[in-house]
Amino acid sequence: MTYHFDFAVVWRHENLLLSGLGLGLVLALVSILIGCIIGLAAAFGVLSRHRIFRIIATVYVTTIRNTPILVLILLTYFALPELGLRLGKIQSFIITLSVYAGAYLTEVFRAGLVAIPRGLREAGLAIGLTEGQIRRSVIIPVMIRNVLPSLGNNFISLFKDTSLAAAIAVPELTFYARKINVESFRVIETWMVASLMYVVACLIISTALRFVERRLAIIR
Amino acid sequence: MTHPEASVATTAAAPALLRIQDLHKAFQTVEVLKGVDVTLARGDVVTIIGSSGSGKTTLLRCVNLLEEFQRGRIEIDGQAIGYREQGGRRVPCTGAEVARHRALTGMAFQQFNLFPHLTALRNVTLGLIKVRKLARDEAVAIAEKWLDRVGMLERRNHYPGQLSGGQQQRVAIARAVAMTPRLMLFDEVTSALDPELVNEVLSVVQGLAQDGMTMLLVTHEMRFAYEVSDRIIFMNQGRIEEEGPPADLFNQPKSLRLKEFLKTIKI
Repeated sequence: MTYHFDFAVVWRHENLLLSGLGLGLVLALVSILIGCIIGLAAAFGVLSRHRIFRIIATVYVTTIRNTPILVLILLTYFALPELGLRLGKIQSFIITLSVYAGAYLTEVFRAGLVAIPRGLREAGLAIGLTEGQIRRSVIIPVMIRNVLPSLGNNFISLFKDTSLAAAIAVPELTFYARKINVESFRVIETWMVASLMYVVACLIISTALRFVERRLAIIR
Repeated sequence: MTHPEASVATTAAAPALLRIQDLHKAFQTVEVLKGVDVTLARGDVVTIIGSSGSGKTTLLRCVNLLEEFQRGRIEIDGQAIGYREQGGRRVPCTGAEVARHRALTGMAFQQFNLFPHLTALRNVTLGLIKVRKLARDEAVAIAEKWLDRVGMLERRNHYPGQLSGGQQQRVAIARAVAMTPRLMLFDEVTSALDPELVNEVLSVVQGLAQDGMTMLLVTHEMRFAYEVSDRIIFMNQGRIEEEGPPADLFNQPKSLRLKEFLKTIKI
């Protein structure tokens, strides 16, 4: 069997592929930022003294983590409009991915908060800081620095999950690859190019993240 | 240093800076403090000694409101802290009030507890900016003055992880005293240090004592306690067993418990 590779047919659409990749990165970035806010709130919820907050946070985390993300994407996109909430494809996907990220980050943040020595809070109290000030100026900054590596892994994971947005026709990389594939019949080349683009992007992101981690790491 | 509000609140008969009356504290069913009375006048240096579990650290933590207490009263400059009377009932103060009360005292901990993500300088400025609401340059000027005082000015831009235990403790003391507390609490500040680092911290504490800072200490450094204190309090099983000038307590202990305690430790 001889197969003549012709990557030019695929790479002719480089602007589409690159714009798709760019959108994927933006989707992941926006979602992890929103997800961090949700995850932080839920992590404090899980650790709360009040039973009601613990229950709400635990139900959220358990439900989301045990539902396949594709199902969540379809549920948000097709079910919410039925309930009268009309959203664009991109907004709908960002909501899903943020809520999804939040559930995973809750566990990351919870572990990070538990690992903070009790003495830091007491030192803050002793100089007259309020609980809120301690949380903002001490607990959260120290915790975020400690969990930075897992935050980075979560980001890469989320970036790869953006490929599922193709299911609701969000024009990201996988969506365009599928389109090019259908038009060119170059199955192998198309998906090789798409895969390679994901790999390269992930490598660049993880290198960048390691750089950030080193800059922000707590010196020990 | 003058405290205008103090002169109003304090009656003529009670010039005490710190007055602890009948303090009771229990962790669940275990009673740790069983009616403790302590009075410190301005400038007093008082050291609490006693075996572990005698309640000395808990007593300090109650004064800084890091622990709740079930009965009794703590006053600083005549002002009751932590709890107030409301319709004949004792109710805990609100979070903001408690934060204000805590700012009256400074505390240095056994484990230093410096904020690991901030430099030495920013460890000190944080409270000045957030609690005292000072402008950044003002806060930096005050912080640098105190860091210089504890011999840490040159390392103001170091992170806690880059400092030795003794250096961290000196920064932690600077962080506390920079807030100009009326009373400093030192909770076994040298217990977590390597022996060769103990003296650099003790000399900082001694310097503050000589400057007239009112302080209540818990320490296992008996020689230091002897030299620096105006009074020693010996605690045993949640009560004050004996109290007096260091020379009396160390040389002519009255109670059997104190005699036994002094025998177990070597001065």
